[in-house]
Parts: sequence; structure tokens; C-alpha cells
Amino acid sequence: MRHLLTTEGLAADDATALLDTADELKRTLLGREVRKLPTLRGRTVVTMFYENSTRTRVSFEIAGKWMSADVINVSASGSSVGKGESLRDTALTLAAAGADCVIARHPASGAAHRLAGWLAEAGTSVVNAGDGTHEHPTQALLDAATLRERLGGLKDRRIAIVGDVLHSRVARSNVHLLATLGAEVVLVAPPTLLPVGVRSWPVTVSHDLDAELPALDAVMMLRVQAERMHGAFFPSAREYSIAYGLNEARLRLLPEDAVVLHPGPMLRGMEIGSAVADAPRSAITEQVRNGVHVRMAVLYHLLAGDGADRD
Amino acid sequence: MAPRPRGATEPAAQRELLSAGDVARTIARMAHQVIEKTALGAEQEPPPVLLGIPTRGTPLAARLAARITEFSGVDVPAGALDVTLYRDDLRRRPTRPLEQTQVPGTGIDDRVVVLVDDVLFSGRTIRAALDALRDHGRPRSVQLAVLVDRGHRELPIRADYVGKNVPTSRSEDVSVRLAEVDGHDAVLLRAGREDAR
Repeated sequence: MRHLLTTEGLAADDATALLDTADELKRTLLGREVRKLPTLRGRTVVTMFYENSTRTRVSFEIAGKWMSADVINVSASGSSVGKGESLRDTALTLAAAGADCVIARHPASGAAHRLAGWLAEAGTSVVNAGDGTHEHPTQALLDAATLRERLGGLKDRRIAIVGDVLHSRVARSNVHLLATLGAEVVLVAPPTLLPVGVRSWPVTVSHDLDAELPALDAVMMLRVQAERMHGAFFPSAREYSIAYGLNEARLRLLPEDAVVLHPGPMLRGMEIGSAVADAPRSAITEQVRNGVHVRMAVLYHLLAGDGADRD
Repeated sequence: MAPRPRGATEPAAQRELLSAGDVARTIARMAHQVIEKTALGAEQEPPPVLLGIPTRGTPLAARLAARITEFSGVDVPAGALDVTLYRDDLRRRPTRPLEQTQVPGTGIDDRVVVLVDDVLFSGRTIRAALDALRDHGRPRSVQLAVLVDRGHRELPIRADYVGKNVPTSRSEDVSVRLAEVDGHDAVLLRAGREDAR
């Protein structure tokens, strides 16, 4: 693999290899005194974040450091971006300065693809850490890792993705990855929060959360992305929460062993009840923990080898 | 250099170095040697921890541990130590998949650790294993058991227990087959491979 830009088009074998590597990394680091591997010594990884982030940036940084890569963080504020430098020039500067891998988050959908094109000549790998409302592949991989761990596998498992699908790159990446890995995906959202063209996705669509819950193996709640909403998508936050929020009463409709996921950041009381988020069947902190191992696996597959197996 | 899975078959002249019976007898003999050298059964001496290096070191370690337990009556923990993340040739090859690491619950601190591998060649795998061990704890001492020592060391490393010493040329290929991985036990010597590792 040269880049990780999307889960759409990611082959099942490649996805499984990444998840298997993440599992082994988790196992090998378990209970160790020294959580440091020499694998990426001498490699330089730059995170380039044009949007706010806590868990993604931190877990990429930890992942790189645990594998002994040198990790440098660039954010839009505090860099030359504030002086008006273009994304292309910033990226070429980072590549020229010696970055082997650029991890990019950007508000524009498709930004990671453009970066990969611009950096092709430099041989720098690009990881998409979220591009607008398009994709967030490492989030989907860590969700898949968490579900595999909790459910024992993904084949024929029924997984609902609930909420603001329209603005969610997490939903897009998950739809493609989960379908590739053999799961049945149900999107549950009000009609206004579903994208045009959703009929061509490998999913079924529902507007009734209560009807779906009893048949699910897992439910993934999405944050309502107010910062991307320019218009009225639902009458009020309270009404949205009543129709699509996962509260304690709804939790009881789920099968006993079903898992609750949320990519974070959570709006407690809006799409997910506070007690639900902290319930034992919620895997939200495990998602974060697995995020580090999944991102280590991505860096390993992109940077450790000789590149002969790159696209 | 075309990547080749370890132990891939190819139609070349090959000679059997050890039969299935020989493999079993060799492991039994090595078990006796481990018992003697580690003074197993002596008072206040915790049993050694056997760590196999995947792929074929793992089942070898399990078999060796079973034999040691059978002969000495002492339970000997066995596990696996993947060294892929510690190799010095990662950047020379396509990305390798990771193998399983399973350190026994006893841990390795202050224990005698016996690393177990199928073939000792350049010694670079063992170098990587020593680095990996250091991140898992601090053994009292580390020993090495190999089924076949084929020579051509590139590092100052030697084995404490050797099943069979086989003088080889670099172009030859020593292939250990184990029932757990390959369906049958044997050690084969194949001639004339171009891309010796």
C-alpha cells in the first residue's frame, strides 16, 4: 500500500491484513513495560490538521511514536497556512523537508486525493485523516477492529449507522468497509440527513430506529454536525433526540450482546444518552484504544516495507 | 529479488536430511539436553520459559516443552515471540504480515528463556529476537535451541542446543517441515537456489 485515502475500493484482503496487524500489535504490546517498537526508526511522519481534532491526531501521534517514527504536528493555526499558503505548497514543503508520510485532515472533500497526486513524485505516503464529508478510513478501520473483537467477526452481522449520515465521513467510510467485510449495513436517519445517491450504496435505509434495534448486532451513533449544517435539517434538537437519540429505553430494545459505538466527540443527551455512553455494552473507550493499534498498523503497512508492494 | 514464502515448494533436486522419525528423536534428545543444562527439577530453580520464533519455531517450542515435561515431570511454559517488528531487513522487502506473539503468563523476568527456531542461518533473526525480548522483560539468561544449524553466521551468535549441524552452501535451501504447519515432519536440503536470503 502506498496511501490510505478511502475505504471505498479497499480490497477485503488488504483491509483484513490491516486489522490482523492491528490485532497482533495490540497483543504484542499488552502488559509490556516498554511500549516502544523500533520498526519505523528513521521515518518521519507529519500530521497536517486543518480542522480540530483530539483523538485522531493524538492517536496518530502515539501510534507513530510507539513505532519509533519521528512525529511532527502541523496545524492550520500557527503555521504558514495562516499567511495564505496553499495546501499544495504546504504539502510540498513538508515533503521537501523530509516527511515520509503526511497524515492530513482537511475540511474539503477530496483534499487527501489531491495531496496524494501532488506528492506522488516525492514518494511521500498520504493518509486521509478525514476530508470534509467524504471519508475517514482509519476511523472505519478502528470501528471494524472493535466490532471484530466484540462480535468475533463481521460476516453477516447487522450493523446500524444512525444519525447525520449526510455530513458524516465516518458513515461513508464505515458503509464501504463494513460491506466489504461482509456485514449488512442499515442507515437510520431522517430523510433530510441522508445524502443524494444513498440508494447506490451497499446498504438498506430506514427512518425508524425502534423498528431496527431488536435485530442489530451493533449500533453506531453519529454526531449531529452542526458546524457543517447551513439550513434546517430537523425541527429542533429535542425532536431529533426523541426520534433518533439512543436513550436508555431504546438500549433495552437492543439484543443483550449488541454493541454500541460512537466515533466521538459525543454530544451527550443529543444523539446518545449519558448512561448509554457509559454502559458496559458501549465500546466507545475501546474504539479509542483500538485506534492507536489500527493507526500503528496503517503506518506499518505504508512505511515499513521496501515499497515493492505499493500501488 | 522475487519474494518467496518461506518453505514454498519448487521442483529442484532435494535431499532428506531428517525423516519424521529423526525429527521426533532429535527433539527428544534436545529436551534431555535442556533438562541437564538448566538443572531442571533442582530446588529453587524456576523452570525455563520456551519461546518459539514463528512460523515453525512456535510448534517446535510447544513440542520441546511437552517432551521436557514428559521426561522431567516439571511443567515448562511455552509461547511464541514474533520478531518481525525488530528485523533489520524490513525496508529491503515488501511489508511482511505479523505473526503471533504469546508470552506465557509467568512472564520472562528473572527466568531462563530458551529461544526456539527451526533453522539457524545468518543469526539476524536471533538478533531481532534478543531485541524483542528486551522489551518484554529482563530474563536471567537467554539460550538458543535450533533444529538445524546450517552455518553462514553474519553475527556473533551461537546455539546452545542444536538438533543437527548441516554444512551447506549459501545457495542451498534448508526447509523444515512440521506437521502443525505443513502436514508432515521432515527436514529437506534443496540445491541451487539463486536468491539465498
